[in-house]
Amino acid sequence: MDQITGVDLIKACSAIGAGLAVIAGIGPGIGQGNAAGMAASAVGRNPGAKADITSTMLLGQAVAETTGLYGLLVAILLMFVQPLVK
Amino acid sequence: MNRAIVLSSGTKVDFMIHGVFSFELFGQKLWITTTHISLILVVSTLLLFAFIVNRKLKKMKPEDVPKGIVNVAELIAEKLEGFVMSTMGSSGTKFINYISTIFIFIIFCNFSGLFGLRPPTADYGVTFPLAILTFVLIHYNEFKHQKVKGVLKGLAEPWLIWAPINIIGNLAVPISLSLRLFANILSGTAIMALIYALLSKVAFFWPAALHVYFDLFSGSIQTYVFCMLTMTYIKNAIGNED
Repeated sequence: MDQITGVDLIKACSAIGAGLAVIAGIGPGIGQGNAAGMAASAVGRNPGAKADITSTMLLGQAVAETTGLYGLLVAILLMFVQPLVK
Repeated sequence: MNRAIVLSSGTKVDFMIHGVFSFELFGQKLWITTTHISLILVVSTLLLFAFIVNRKLKKMKPEDVPKGIVNVAELIAEKLEGFVMSTMGSSGTKFINYISTIFIFIIFCNFSGLFGLRPPTADYGVTFPLAILTFVLIHYNEFKHQKVKGVLKGLAEPWLIWAPINIIGNLAVPISLSLRLFANILSGTAIMALIYALLSKVAFFWPAALHVYFDLFSGSIQTYVFCMLTMTYIKNAIGNED
């Protein structure tokens, strides 16, 4: 069995950290689902405004998605760029 | 180098930017990367389209019925004009050219993933300048239409203590705008690379559906959102003076 070096330990911890970072995806999931549900009920109440409602919903969802993407970026940096090694 | 990926033992997961060749300029080592190659291909496609349409339009008389490629160009121009005017209202006429240009550029960059290129927008060096342009436009129009007094008054909303938070909020606009586009396209590229590398034994036909989602759907949504947010910020900066 080889010895575990410090670099190996950092890499392993980076992988765990990347997994933890993408937990940030929970928030946008809830937020986007909420927005889509509200949009569905709005279309039910006023089918004529479907185009406006859809574009507003997509815009809001894209903005809500940003926080999740920050978590994803941290995960990708930890996994592939590995700033902590050296 | 990518030994951190446990699953990828033996297979090659690759979605990073690569240097193609390097050269020296003023003592600096500069790289021509895959992003540059993709950008050149995208821009030359757009230029070719523009050139052909320009030639055809020059030959036509105003009363002719448009057909073929001219029809497509007119449809695109009309839709983009309607898109800008319906969002920005009467102040939108000056911005139709700029918004249409970045819209077509970003959507072609995002769709280039379909043709096997690495999308240029999955490079932070492409999206950040676009967001910087938006930032400059926002603040140029803010100073032009609200004058220095109005800008200072806007910073001190609702009280003077809020000014640092407002300044940070202003600086966060280009960063979040560029990171949103970059991270969305990068995540699509990363997932497609993982599928092609790790599931290469079973990846027949069905990755096409994922391409439709990541390249076409996600790409067009992000383009729409980038342009929409740019227009909303500029419209807010102009304010309603008339």
